[in-house]
Amino acid sequence: MEIKKLTPPLTDDDVMNLKSGDNVLLTGVIYCARDAAHKKLVELMEKGEELPLDLQGQVIYYVGPTPAKPGQAIGSAGPTTSGRMDAYTPQMLEHGMKACIGKGSRSQAVKDALQKHKGVYLASVGGAGALLSKAIKKVEIVAYPELGPEAIQKLEVEDFPATVINDAYGNDLYEEGVKNYRVG
Amino acid sequence: MREIDAQSISNKVAEMCENANLYLGDDVLKALKDSYEKEESPTGKEVLKQILQNIDIAGDESIPLCQDTGYAVFFVEWGQEVLLNGGTLDEAINEGVKKGYQEGYLRKSIVKDPVNRDENTGDNTPAVIHTEMVPGDRVTIHFAPKGGGSENMSAVKMLKPSDGVEGIVNFVVEHVKNSGPNPCPPIVVGVGVGGTFDKVAQLAKKALLRPLGEPHPEKFYADLEKRLLEEINKLGIGPQGFGGRTTALAVHVESYPAHIASMPAAVNINCHVSRHQSVTL
Repeated sequence: MEIKKLTPPLTDDDVMNLKSGDNVLLTGVIYCARDAAHKKLVELMEKGEELPLDLQGQVIYYVGPTPAKPGQAIGSAGPTTSGRMDAYTPQMLEHGMKACIGKGSRSQAVKDALQKHKGVYLASVGGAGALLSKAIKKVEIVAYPELGPEAIQKLEVEDFPATVINDAYGNDLYEEGVKNYRVG
Repeated sequence: MREIDAQSISNKVAEMCENANLYLGDDVLKALKDSYEKEESPTGKEVLKQILQNIDIAGDESIPLCQDTGYAVFFVEWGQEVLLNGGTLDEAINEGVKKGYQEGYLRKSIVKDPVNRDENTGDNTPAVIHTEMVPGDRVTIHFAPKGGGSENMSAVKMLKPSDGVEGIVNFVVEHVKNSGPNPCPPIVVGVGVGGTFDKVAQLAKKALLRPLGEPHPEKFYADLEKRLLEEINKLGIGPQGFGGRTTALAVHVESYPAHIASMPAAVNINCHVSRHQSVTL
């Protein structure tokens, strides 16, 4: 099986080269943010104020890890349900985000925004938090430390595995993959 | 009368909290390995490979299997000839949860108020505790940490008696279909049938505690479990919803007598990290 290597920040070409069903490995910097951080970012966007990080070409990972033990970069760190971020994702894409990683289906508005702004939605294996934590080498808080486990953090990753669910062409692995194996 | 100290319950509970989040039972492991061998979808096979690797890493390096270390759910069978000293059962269990989640570096996932959500209880308490008095002088505690993603894919339906077994099958299969990738397949499906609105939900959860591969003792329900598993695996959802043959590892049904006017049914789903531990004191 072919595996595509990605090194964020991503360009339009990187995104257009990805198809629903592709397996990828990410190396470099990605950012983690979930519900509370998204809410804060979108509030700033609506007020036209500066964001605490430049989203251009960036990859956002939806994760709420377990506490790191002494000597660990991060605890168990698998993806959380992406649907909770649907309300914020179109604006994140409009402000330059190129990819997000989570698990579970997205709304039609998110799929449309991925096509419009040339972005992709990736999924990692939900429930594989120990395995995925091994690909995260370093963690640093970049914004909203007061949110505790929901703060925006910079993650240095090496060969972080994910699969393309929604590409920029309107394809959806959750629909097409299932069709290939449905019986009756 | 046999006496048990609350502290010994707390210590046992703390141990269960840590172990359940690091090690899966042999039943789940076997079901996952069998699925890996059988899965036809290359993407699905890759997912199952990562799931099996995850189990090895979690055990070898003491990293929780999943970052969602769950709501702490307990089913307790308390022998009525046993006297508890030094606190109530709920206090003893919650003390154990607090200790286990703190010392095990597990995530504290409980907010104090379900609507105004800005305050975490800080120690993953309170636990959800179902207690049943049973004959004898033994105490059995079943523990199942329950992840939010799969718990959100639950449903109760008050079916009509005339809907019959077809009504149950349609409800369960349609519900799993609509849940798609969200509960982190391959899943374990707990089904409750009968009782009342509240009872049937509890039955569905209790069904998840049964070891995988152990059918219902009554033939009718064992056959229903088999049929539901076949129908669900025809959906094609596959590992993580990427498409494939393995959508569910097992379906367990629990039943209870029903009112002459009712046939309640409920579905509760566990993800592939189907964590359950039991201890008898």
